[in-house]
Amino acid sequence: MTAPFSQSVEIGLKVNGERVRRTVDARRHLIDFLRLDLGLTGSHAGCEQGVCGACTVRVDGAIVRGCLTLAVQLDGADVWTVEGVTETGEIADLQDEFVARNALQCGYCTPGMLLTAAELLDAASTPDRTHIREQISGNYCRCTGYEAIVDAIEATAAKRCGMPVPALKEAAE
Amino acid sequence: MKPSPIGYVRATSLAHALDLLAEGDGEEKVLAGGQSLVASLNLRLIESPNLIDINGIDDLHGIAEDGDVVRVGALTRHCDLMACDIIARHVPILSEAAPLIAHAAIRTRGTIGGSVANADPAAELPACVVALDATIVLASKTDGERRVMASDFFLGLFETARRDDELLVAIEFPKIKPGERQSIRELVRRSGDYALAGLAIAGPTDAPRLVFFGVGDAPVVAAGAMAVLADGGSVDEAALALEDDLDPADDINGSAGYKKHISRVLLKRALSGDRQSDAA
Amino acid sequence: MTIAFGNPDRPNSYIGRSVPRPNAGKLVAGAGRYVDDVVLPRMVHVAFLRSPHARAKIEAIDVGAALEIPGVIRVFTGAEIAETCTPWVAVLAHLKGLKSAPQHAVAVEHATWVGEPVAAIVADSRAAAEDGLAAIEASFDPLPVVVDMRTALDAETPLIHPELGDNLTFQRLHEKGEIDAVFASAHKIVEARFKTGRHTGVCLEPRSILADYSRSEGQLTVHHSTQAPHMMQTVFAQHLDLPEAKVRVICGDVGGSYGIKVHVYPDEVATAAIAKIMGRPVKFVADRLESFATDIHARDHEIDGRIAVDENGRILALDIDDLTGIGPYSVYPRTSAIEGNQVVNLCGGPYDFQTYRARTTVVLQNKTPTCQYRAVGHPIATAVTEGLVDMAAEALGLDPVEIRRRNLVADDAYPYTSAANMRFEGLSHHASLDKLLSMIDYDALRADQAEARKQGIHRGIGIASFIELTNPSPFMYGIGGARISAQDGCTVRMDPDGSVVAMSGVTEQGQGTEGMLAQIVAEGVGVPVSKVRIITGDTQTTPYGGGTWASRGAGIGGEAALQAGLALRENILVIAASMLQSTPEQLDVADGQIVDKATGEARMPLEELGRIVYFRGDTLAKGLPRELVVTRHYITSEYPFAFTNGVQASYLEVDIDTGFVKLLKHWCVEDCGRVINPMLVDEQIRGGIVQGIGGALYEECVYDGEGQLLNANMADYLVPMAAEMPDMIIGHVETPTKESLLGAKGAGEAGTAGAPAAIMNAINDALRPLGARVTQMPFTPERILTALGTIQH
Repeated sequence: MTAPFSQSVEIGLKVNGERVRRTVDARRHLIDFLRLDLGLTGSHAGCEQGVCGACTVRVDGAIVRGCLTLAVQLDGADVWTVEGVTETGEIADLQDEFVARNALQCGYCTPGMLLTAAELLDAASTPDRTHIREQISGNYCRCTGYEAIVDAIEATAAKRCGMPVPALKEAAE
Repeated sequence: MKPSPIGYVRATSLAHALDLLAEGDGEEKVLAGGQSLVASLNLRLIESPNLIDINGIDDLHGIAEDGDVVRVGALTRHCDLMACDIIARHVPILSEAAPLIAHAAIRTRGTIGGSVANADPAAELPACVVALDATIVLASKTDGERRVMASDFFLGLFETARRDDELLVAIEFPKIKPGERQSIRELVRRSGDYALAGLAIAGPTDAPRLVFFGVGDAPVVAAGAMAVLADGGSVDEAALALEDDLDPADDINGSAGYKKHISRVLLKRALSGDRQSDAA
Repeated sequence: MTIAFGNPDRPNSYIGRSVPRPNAGKLVAGAGRYVDDVVLPRMVHVAFLRSPHARAKIEAIDVGAALEIPGVIRVFTGAEIAETCTPWVAVLAHLKGLKSAPQHAVAVEHATWVGEPVAAIVADSRAAAEDGLAAIEASFDPLPVVVDMRTALDAETPLIHPELGDNLTFQRLHEKGEIDAVFASAHKIVEARFKTGRHTGVCLEPRSILADYSRSEGQLTVHHSTQAPHMMQTVFAQHLDLPEAKVRVICGDVGGSYGIKVHVYPDEVATAAIAKIMGRPVKFVADRLESFATDIHARDHEIDGRIAVDENGRILALDIDDLTGIGPYSVYPRTSAIEGNQVVNLCGGPYDFQTYRARTTVVLQNKTPTCQYRAVGHPIATAVTEGLVDMAAEALGLDPVEIRRRNLVADDAYPYTSAANMRFEGLSHHASLDKLLSMIDYDALRADQAEARKQGIHRGIGIASFIELTNPSPFMYGIGGARISAQDGCTVRMDPDGSVVAMSGVTEQGQGTEGMLAQIVAEGVGVPVSKVRIITGDTQTTPYGGGTWASRGAGIGGEAALQAGLALRENILVIAASMLQSTPEQLDVADGQIVDKATGEARMPLEELGRIVYFRGDTLAKGLPRELVVTRHYITSEYPFAFTNGVQASYLEVDIDTGFVKLLKHWCVEDCGRVINPMLVDEQIRGGIVQGIGGALYEECVYDGEGQLLNANMADYLVPMAAEMPDMIIGHVETPTKESLLGAKGAGEAGTAGAPAAIMNAINDALRPLGARVTQMPFTPERILTALGTIQH
């Protein structure tokens, strides 16, 4: 290997508001860094190919695929995971709505889904259902029919704007 | 899967990056957005590469007007294209194309330079670049800047005119002129997927450039159909001409016949101004 | 004890209400604990070298260079694993003639599909193990492959396992009535060939296992992403030569399963074997490529179907010939013959006719093994049946709804035995259809369709009635010799402060099992649901049970929990009566209080009873039973299966220029008996529908002629995503089973059972005026354009 290239690199960054300094293998992607080096197991690897969205986390204010981002790229970055945004209460209303409407089953896609939805909620005041479906179109959920997730995001948006909130769905009697 | 061991260096300036490329053995990989590269690394499709991370190079950022041209830095992210007024005004096809690329979390990091240099034949931006007759700006330590017309840049499957010691630094797009149109449409099974077939259109309304993607080894200029339109032929006649313009291969996404058929449909719909959604 | 289910004002009336799941809070906080989240001291990682050939003799595996790779600790060949781990043969005695070959955890001599493990490498990280894999030099002698199931039985086709004598794993012919005579004299006969695409489960959490063996205690502890911890306890004990009592399987959070995680996988058993050999924790987490190549596949069927009808539109007979390819081995221990067997059992299931012939032929091939995946056989049988019924209606000039009205088994005809000899205790096809039609406003929908057609927009309405097999008895597996429990149990314990802990043998993979059990136990005992803690997924603490599969969690596990809860309440009342100088009959438990049964007046909090029992037992009457821990088990006995029924409708639009299908809306009316939590059931059904839509429109494992899977990644294997899915309206009819007090039947597979048929019928309804029809799933744009004659092949 030629001299300028290193197999491990020291990085300093902020994760969930806390300063972190680690020497990481250049091949380690962000999700393995979070899970294996920091013990933040809330973010999940689903395909490691950037397709499923389970690894979605927030870097410097925007969502990224954790599996398509190398940890060595994140020197100086500001990373937020589901653990962090839970701790701050930033998405408590969205999380409450997910629970109230059963917008999750196995929970494996949920952290990525929440961070993806949170970005939409920050950007658009009252996204319609098509817009919501488009925003989460890169986040695979095999358990739900996606509908409860769309309901939960829609309801959170409505509540934040003081709009009427769609009722909890009841079966057609 | 996990990547095989990787060598990594963070380029601190354009000169530094060009030095690294000049001194390398030609096997170095430039890490821009990484949205295709890191996936390939994870799949061990590239064995133990050395990566030159260019994300810290300020010179590669930015979108600026320069006379009749808009210069877009290689590190311009897809989300930047979507948010940029200059692009919306002067190169509207890029505003239209960017949201078609994958999903929000990919658009955050994916770059125009990376997409064009990667030359995926099913990707949207290479087709736009060809349709717009853009100029690819390359730089190397030995030759400085070198400008390549888009039509000369894409050589084949993931193959371009960029030399191993060159870095794609910017793309220069001509501004749209009065009487010109720009549009892009594609057929995808699922929102954000690579297109089964797509069509980028740019140029004079009565004689536009037609560039298809997803139906060949590189963006395909439909010269025959363009000639039909330039001669005042009908949309149906142009669609018929695609028979000779396109030579897609059978693959897992569809047969050559199917891809040709939907390419004709795309052309007819694009030129008839039919704006219905093509995602299903 | 009984419960007045009809009275919503009864105390602790949790059963039937949409109560949020108690375990959802941790999952939205990212605080779930999946197998890969568990890290143990001295833990190592195993990765598997997998056969690159669909069929090959393993000639040599040179691991010398691999052992030099930094981080690599040890390499195992199949022969080395076989010294610790015995092979298995997946057959069931009641499926006569079913045969398969012994299968090793790691292949010993021959590799039989692309992805079969042929060596294992242990390292200090997954990445290092993969570095080691790249350094193994393995040589194979590739052999001719068997990929096409249609030629698998031809004389010139090689035998995958020569010792079996042929590539036929199983064949069953069921005949009832004079089928040839009925067809010979029928008013109309309609026939078609159907294909369902081989697809797979794509659990977002891949298969995962962490096995640890303590040599000093002789104890194997396995953290496992599984649906059936007790079954796996038995499997590990049997094949690693350990007493069952020395095997503990812990199943924490599971990231989706759908039947994928109820089978015995060679690499997982090998991981446990390596833990036993090395005496330390060994973790294996499949990556996505491994998941596609080694998770079970399903639904690789071709079916020729014929239906005979009379001039009044009555179904006279059904004739079904099913062919399915299952890969090189029948999968242990459920076997891979069940899916074909289900096709025989389920075709025609909703309809009242008695002349029936059905054959399934199950053959071997060098592809990934197939086995039971959500709604086993149902989507196939429903698509064939409902496809034929729609075609018969077309031939007769009848509306699809009308032909169903004329033929669905009458709601007052039960008990009823179907032409396939399935016994139905009570179904509600007509009530369900009526409800569906009112929900969709059928006439308005037809009007909308006609209006759209005038504008050149091709919309279609598809209807599919279905039955679903749930709550299986030992007739499913146990009688065939498989050590798979049809019984389940629940232990309920009252703690000193009056809170309740319940331990159940059924498991949680996200369906809401723990939520459902909490509701039942809370109502059974008489406490607020917030006072109930549910424990599942640990063979060391929960009663031995079957786990969660075949939609049995609520019907079997729920009834055991209800009976245990009621029994605890009775025990509490005996103690309370003694303390309060009353009788158990005069008292009750409500909202965590001992109350006067007649007036509801509070007499004593459970907390006080707990204090006395646990800390001042001296003050209670001598000899007074004070059992605040109760276990109850439940097994069905009257019927082999609790069948459910339902009907789905799809409304969609076909773009006849591109072949694209746009889903506009979907409806399902489902009768799963007593609904315990409508919110959970509804999203179960929606999720099931979307999986059915996957099979209908998107999902297919595509192989080349050499047995290579061409789309083994998530970019090329298309799963349904949010943007293309429709909103879905769910309705219920409730016909509780009389076998249990709870009356619950299963609901988990109904959506998947009926959706593909509804989609197919809707597409064909849209295409009908154009003279086209599709019967091969998935219905890709290209297949639709081919059917339309727009493109030729």
